[in-house]
Amino acid sequence: MAVATTTETGARPVRAGRRLSLPAWVGTVPFLGYVGVFLLLPTGIVLFHAFQNQSGGFSLSGLKVLGDSTVRGFFVGSAELAAVTSVIGAVLGAILAYAVASGNPDGVVRRLYLAASGVLAQFGGVTLAFAFLATVGPTGLLLHASWFYDFPQGIGLIYVYFQIPLMVLVFMPAIDGLKVQWREACENLGGSAWQYWLHVGGPLLAPAFLGATLLLFANGLSAFATIWAWENQIAYTVPQQISIALSSEVGLANANESAVLALGMVIMVVIVMTGYVLLQRRAARWLR
Amino acid sequence: MTSPLTRTQDGEGRTAVAVQLAGLRRVYGPVVALDGLDLTIGPGELIALLGPSGCGKTTTLRLLAGLEDADAGQITVAGQDMTHLPASKRDMGMVFQAYSLFPHLTVRQNVAFGLRLRRVHAAKRDQRAIEMLELVGLSTQADRYPHQISGGQQQRVALARALAIEPQVLLLDEPLSALDAKVRAQLRDQIRRIQLEVGITTLFVTHDQEEALAIADRVGVMREGRIEQLASPTEVYSRPATAFVAEFVGLTNRLAGTVSGGTVTVRGRDLPLVDRSTPAGPVTALVRPEAVTLASDSSGESGPLVGTVIASTFLGATSRVTVDLGDTTILAQLSTSDATALPAGSRVALMIRPDPVLVAVDAPAVSEE
Amino acid sequence: MAAVTSLGESSLTAPAKGRRGMQAGRRRRLNLFRYLVFTAFGLFFILPLLATARFSLEGSQLGTWSVAAWKQIVSYPGPPPLLSSVEITLELAVITSGVVLVLLVPTMIWIQLRVQWIGRVFEFLCLLPLTIPAIVLVVGLAPIYNFIRHYQLSALQLFWAYVILALPYAYRALSAGLGAMDVTTLSEAARSLGANWFTVIVRVIAPNMRQAILNAMLLTSALVLGEFTIAYLLLYNNLQVNLYFISRATPNAAVIFSTSLGALIFAFVLLLILSYVGRRRARG
Repeated sequence: MAVATTTETGARPVRAGRRLSLPAWVGTVPFLGYVGVFLLLPTGIVLFHAFQNQSGGFSLSGLKVLGDSTVRGFFVGSAELAAVTSVIGAVLGAILAYAVASGNPDGVVRRLYLAASGVLAQFGGVTLAFAFLATVGPTGLLLHASWFYDFPQGIGLIYVYFQIPLMVLVFMPAIDGLKVQWREACENLGGSAWQYWLHVGGPLLAPAFLGATLLLFANGLSAFATIWAWENQIAYTVPQQISIALSSEVGLANANESAVLALGMVIMVVIVMTGYVLLQRRAARWLR
Repeated sequence: MTSPLTRTQDGEGRTAVAVQLAGLRRVYGPVVALDGLDLTIGPGELIALLGPSGCGKTTTLRLLAGLEDADAGQITVAGQDMTHLPASKRDMGMVFQAYSLFPHLTVRQNVAFGLRLRRVHAAKRDQRAIEMLELVGLSTQADRYPHQISGGQQQRVALARALAIEPQVLLLDEPLSALDAKVRAQLRDQIRRIQLEVGITTLFVTHDQEEALAIADRVGVMREGRIEQLASPTEVYSRPATAFVAEFVGLTNRLAGTVSGGTVTVRGRDLPLVDRSTPAGPVTALVRPEAVTLASDSSGESGPLVGTVIASTFLGATSRVTVDLGDTTILAQLSTSDATALPAGSRVALMIRPDPVLVAVDAPAVSEE
Repeated sequence: MAAVTSLGESSLTAPAKGRRGMQAGRRRRLNLFRYLVFTAFGLFFILPLLATARFSLEGSQLGTWSVAAWKQIVSYPGPPPLLSSVEITLELAVITSGVVLVLLVPTMIWIQLRVQWIGRVFEFLCLLPLTIPAIVLVVGLAPIYNFIRHYQLSALQLFWAYVILALPYAYRALSAGLGAMDVTTLSEAARSLGANWFTVIVRVIAPNMRQAILNAMLLTSALVLGEFTIAYLLLYNNLQVNLYFISRATPNAAVIFSTSLGALIFAFVLLLILSYVGRRRARG
């Protein structure tokens, strides 16, 4: 019985009388098509509108709004919020990740915390804002924080709530990647716990830690639902302003402001994510 | 004359030390990993702890290193009681089975690591690191990273790193187990050579009996937390103290026999006994394959020492031949040229060399792990 | 390491200090640290949830208790009624999960088997949504959805966008499952026994990825349950959007809290079950 074999180029073999031979990559067309229409096309539209002027032609005039001080204020606000919550989230998340990782790999605690992290990292938006409102808002159960509606403290606290679980999810594999033999070898060569962390553990975890922090930063930049539920009249950040701009642009031919803001955001996030990917690669080389 | 590698910083030769383990006990919950183990390693001696997994050999090593705490017992090195000393203060060098090296440091930095912890100056550190790398033959790889060198080279670097701090004792935890067979043999001889050159007291743990027999001054065969026999490789091999040792070290044929007088009768042959005082009665005799010789038999007779070749396993210079004797099978080890003359199906006559034989009295199967 | 009481010393051996060894001491200090950390973080994470729970059980008079808010999940009038947005969101979760699997699983297997060189591009595209956040994506999606809305289809059309949002998470979950088996060997074995490609994918490879597939479905569902941005800015009504509008109309309405907590518990239980199911399969 003849067995179908693959040719060098991966082309499907011709079956007598039935199908014509297609190159193998055709199998990925459905995926590529889908992503093309619903991811690449919208991205293209954003870029297109960003470089559009009033009459619809190509122009950089729309970008001038990026120089506007109010607009710059949005970007600074976004960056500030993202920076503060990513650093706090990273440090606290790393501590929590270490506590979970140093326990029984099969134990209840780890499983609980990982499941919780999986859910809480997605638990953003409206529900989270309300939960904090219930806890520390003006009618909160724990305390009535006068700073709840201050920027960035109030919203920052809420952001930290989902940044920490995200850090645990992203950083824990790196901690798991620390081999026990390195700790023992260091000890055997005369190193104390402090020296281990200073010379071995710390340097090995550093790329993963920095990379994870960058991921948290990008996450903090991109979040919308939470901050919108927290405050939808005054825009402190770019996402809020995009939302306000979009709703005021409905019906107008020129969707420029929101597109330009979106473009600015994308540039920021792309830079950050590139850093993340590079650091991840270094971390993976050592800790896999 | 002391080797330059044992010279301490002020130029004096360092003498090798003795290690004493007394009554070591270690339990993990209900499992007793070590049960009152006693072991003395002489100065400059290499002792190999050999045994199946779970026998306690690695536990012994880790207790000596200080990476685990003993539940009872005492550890003495050079006359100093180390039982309660933390691992970082025990002045021992250890080579692990895998993941020994720090991946973020170069080979040179890895080797110098222990010296850096001891605040040795950079220039001296570097000099010593290069010295050690030359000892293991890797000075050309000094600026590479661990992931850029092979497994065997990594272990040599690990050895250099362990020796760089001039430890009193060298500990090796199955250092060759994760390597390819060919690399294993080369590296094992190199480790032994270096150990002799440096003259350091060494404990080597392995589950591979060939390794243990090849390099050790004495071999300790362990089983279930105890040392069954501690003797030179030849003695462990040809005069095993227990059936377990006989079966774990090398291959063995188990043949029914009867003891009377100072000999055991196996398949019509009288063979001398290792232990003359074995009481008379039925026993299982343990006969090494290389003690069995085969010759082609065209007589057509049958008898207790006549059989048919079933199969031959080619091992290179020698071959192992399985012979069916009717009521049992027996393994014989021959040179390959002799073995090829006796293909499957040939009728053969057996001879058993009259070496002293170990017997297990009343032997139901001695189970191996 | 289990704590063990020191056993009696024989007269031959010098007594050890039992459980006061160095490693045991270090272990003890570590455990103390761990329990402190868990308590502190546990409190931090539990408190908002507890507050949500308390508010969800608030009665009509301040300080009283009532399960009315939980019953309101199905009865709250709106318009539109809360229940309808709950239903729509659950349906969206199912549809999105399904589409994500149908889109990714065959493609990933096919790439692994026949078109490995596309792998990097594919991975890049799957992780791209992390870099193009929803708030940006929606700006570009608006014209496309205007086109879709022209046909007056329901909020279920949101799934087109949700699949994109779920890509990074689903991709990671599925690629972990795919990486754990030797796809090439399995498929070659099946093909040599006469299976066609469809059979190979659906009946040989996919069943061996069960945990990864479940994982991807759950992550996708959790995402859909919590999604607000795209639905809101495209003027659709899903669970989160509905809750948002309720809060604008009636701040601190108890039903907001009961619904949120309900959704959260639902997602958490699913993920917990998943982790146990996975473990059992691994052992079998």
